[in-house]
Amino acid sequence: MVAVLAQAASAQPSTAEFFVFVVIGAISLGSALCVVILRNAVHAALMLVVNFFTIAVFYAVLEAQFLATVQVIVYAGAIMVLFLFVLMLLGVDAEQDLRANPAIPAQRPAAAVLGLVLFAALAISVAGPYLQRTSACPSGEAGAAAADTAASMPCAGLAAANEQGNTQGVGALLFGEYVWPFEVTSVLLVIAALGAMVLGRKDERPEDLVDVHVEADPVAADPVGAYRADVGEEV
Amino acid sequence: MVVPAGYYLLLAAALFTIGVVGVLVRRNIIVMFMCVELMLNSVNLTLVTFSRINGNLEGQVLSFFVMVVAAAEVTVGLALIVNLFRLKASTDADDVDALRS
Amino acid sequence: MGEVLAASEGVVPLTQVLSAPGGSPIDLAWLIPVVPAVSAGLLLLFGKRLGRLAAVVAITAMGYSAVASTAVFAFLVSQPEDGRIFVRTVGTWISAGPLQVDWSLLVDPLASVMLLLVTWVGLLIHIYSLGYMHGDERYPRFFAYLNLFAASMLILVLGSSFLTLFVGWELVGLCSYLLVGFWFENRDYATAAKKAFIVNRIGDVGFMIAMFLIFFAFGSLDFAQVLPEAQTVLGVGSVTVVAICLLLFVGATGKSAQIPLYVWLPDAMAGPTPVSALIHAATMVTAGVYLLARTSPLWALVPEWGLLVAWVGVITALVTAIIACAQRDLKKILAYSTISQLGYMFVAVGLGDQVAGIFHLLTHGFFKALLFLAAGSVMHAMANRTDVWGMGGLLRVMPITAITALIGVLAIAGLPPLSGFWSKEEILAAAADTPGAAPIWVLGWIVAGLTAFYMARWFSLIFLGSPRWQADGDGARPHPHESPPSMTLPLVVLAFLAAVGGLININPETGFLHGWLAPSVQRYAGETPFLAEGLAIALVVAAAVAGLAVALLAFGRRWTRPAPSTGLAGAAQHAFFVDRFYETVIMVPGRMLASALSTFDRVGIDGLVNGSARATAGLATVTRRLQTGFVRSYVLAVLAGAVLVTVMFLGAGLGW
Repeated sequence: MVAVLAQAASAQPSTAEFFVFVVIGAISLGSALCVVILRNAVHAALMLVVNFFTIAVFYAVLEAQFLATVQVIVYAGAIMVLFLFVLMLLGVDAEQDLRANPAIPAQRPAAAVLGLVLFAALAISVAGPYLQRTSACPSGEAGAAAADTAASMPCAGLAAANEQGNTQGVGALLFGEYVWPFEVTSVLLVIAALGAMVLGRKDERPEDLVDVHVEADPVAADPVGAYRADVGEEV
Repeated sequence: MVVPAGYYLLLAAALFTIGVVGVLVRRNIIVMFMCVELMLNSVNLTLVTFSRINGNLEGQVLSFFVMVVAAAEVTVGLALIVNLFRLKASTDADDVDALRS
Repeated sequence: MGEVLAASEGVVPLTQVLSAPGGSPIDLAWLIPVVPAVSAGLLLLFGKRLGRLAAVVAITAMGYSAVASTAVFAFLVSQPEDGRIFVRTVGTWISAGPLQVDWSLLVDPLASVMLLLVTWVGLLIHIYSLGYMHGDERYPRFFAYLNLFAASMLILVLGSSFLTLFVGWELVGLCSYLLVGFWFENRDYATAAKKAFIVNRIGDVGFMIAMFLIFFAFGSLDFAQVLPEAQTVLGVGSVTVVAICLLLFVGATGKSAQIPLYVWLPDAMAGPTPVSALIHAATMVTAGVYLLARTSPLWALVPEWGLLVAWVGVITALVTAIIACAQRDLKKILAYSTISQLGYMFVAVGLGDQVAGIFHLLTHGFFKALLFLAAGSVMHAMANRTDVWGMGGLLRVMPITAITALIGVLAIAGLPPLSGFWSKEEILAAAADTPGAAPIWVLGWIVAGLTAFYMARWFSLIFLGSPRWQADGDGARPHPHESPPSMTLPLVVLAFLAAVGGLININPETGFLHGWLAPSVQRYAGETPFLAEGLAIALVVAAAVAGLAVALLAFGRRWTRPAPSTGLAGAAQHAFFVDRFYETVIMVPGRMLASALSTFDRVGIDGLVNGSARATAGLATVTRRLQTGFVRSYVLAVLAGAVLVTVMFLGAGLGW
């Protein structure tokens, strides 16, 4: 084990990337499987947190350092916390979950088949063209000049884009070309917060939402009586 | 020992598939929601990989937006789940069967 | 069938058609059918309110038609001999490309003679109905139907094209249904009316196909355009003209009750007696003879097929004469007699002597209507009894009826100098003159004897001998009395006409009718008699006298019981079971075919429609299982679709 790590540390950056990929990838897959398999929902949530951490490591390896940080802060830090809060609120019981529903017996086999077909399709169509050695990406500063642009399906690497730093690059794009979606998503966040507030309240007092404490217009409610009162009840 | 970019894509495909199967198989609504988050993350991973392949940061920017929207979605979704729990007193997805004949 | 009988003589009719001068009776001739039609409409709408007045309205309308017809006749008399054919167009009816049919009248000598017969005899019968139908609860409607019938018959007679004639043809069929089934509460009467209409209809199909052929060959249905061109367009003996003539004859057998479509006429006696007199003696049944006389130019092209018509006529006459000898119902005897005499008319027309046929049509109209009205008078007196064996000795009680009936009987028997003698002689002379028609003469001679026999039997059993009806018990015994003047007056008038009516054509060659009808018909009779004329006449008169004598002696005094119904007499009494035969051969297979088709419709077609509905429901029951109501199934469906799309893109990318 130590020998492998030593070998990894002394090897080229691509080799390190390889070892990182293998180990972290295994953890990622394993934790994802656990999310689906574990009966206890809280356990599944915690496994998902582990998965998010592995994804963050991948981002870092893939020269997306800004995203790695955001992933930890937002996903693992905020979203999963929300999940855990709700799980706590609802008090999930673990027993009934994993039995198949007898009314739809074809669900599980169909899901299995669907999964296999989907994986095959995605692997062939998306991942397939990039599985050659020539698609390996140049890692960091050392491989910038070694990029082989004449190969088929080459990987360009982010050395040039990250020249001023990943965060600066992403920021330049965000506030430059993509400022409009940026503003819209921020509005979206506000709306989501409002929505959560409205949806989450207990509706014991619906009149909180409706202005019912103001009295109705007395003249409109009873015009004849109002007229009589005006005239002095002579008729 | 190099890692071709396709390996990341393959891993992302696997994570996506696991997420799909999880949505279809699990009955607990919250766990189904978590599997949806898993799918979103796998897509993010794909986007980042492609940004590296293409050599520009646009994939990362899109991935960023996906995260923002996922956050908003989780907020509202969990509020809905809480409401549903108040209505049905159960987090079993199969208990939401008002359209069943 | 032998060679062409003889060359046609005279000018082809209708080659010269004139239009009527304004204001003349011809110009107003369109009112002749219209006035009774309007009267019929009024009576149908307001009859109940008019009550007894309905008869007056009807008689007035009929009277107008009679007077107008006489004016038309007088006008034609005043015209020169070759200028008596007029066409009066009232309006356009069909204008569809090559088919042009107008509402127009053809007024020529033949039509004028028929007009006189229909309107005056019709008027007499209207007057008779005043007394006969008195007290009937649908009194106004009867007169409405009578007027409607008169209007229809007048349209038939005045029509200037095959189609207009056919309109009248169909309408008289309808009126016959309405009138025969007048007392439709009785199931049997209603069935008789249906039988009359349906059997008529069978003949009408032949008529219609003939019209199709005529239009196909000539491009027109107008008499004035078809008849003069017959020889040039079709040629002598061509298949088309044979088909047309035979199909027209089929129509005529339906309307004029010849073999094989005569079975409706005896049953049609279910109608009131004035109806029998008008429709089944004088007018409707003569429409077939009129049609054949009108289309004589076509028949002149195929004289050998005319011989077939004559054979059918004489066979019909013989068979029905035998049947009449064994009948017990007094109206049925007259009905079979009518069919028999119509057979004579077809013999004449078929052999090419249309004048003889029309002559017999006229005289038959007189004496047969007289006989039917007399029968009605007897039934009126005997509380609607019809069995002759329940009558007898009525001569003393109803003398006027008896004397007029006697004149009718002698006329139909053919005793000179009454009208029937002259017309029957002329027909038999035509048969004697035509080569190859000698057997027809012989059979016609036998029929003459039989006619005298059964008519004398009819007369004797009703008016002579002992009054058998007095033997009935007190409750059922009728109290016969002479009929009121409204009924006896027409009897007297008709007796007069039956007596002297023969004077219009005493000599076949030089008589008035012969010359009068010459512009309208095309004769082709033969000229080679196989029997000397005087001998032929003597033989026929002898047969008539013999028949009369035998019947008078047998039934006048001696026999008081009917003969046992076995053997020939029994078969004749049941009309040789022809109705039973038709039922087995035609109706039963027809009913089987109808029920088979009904089953096919119910099981096959409805089954197909219902089956498709059931299949849809079954399919729905199966596919309903997709809607489970669970969110997870729907998610599965969505994802399955997405995967499918992905695979398709993949396939497209890989070049599948």
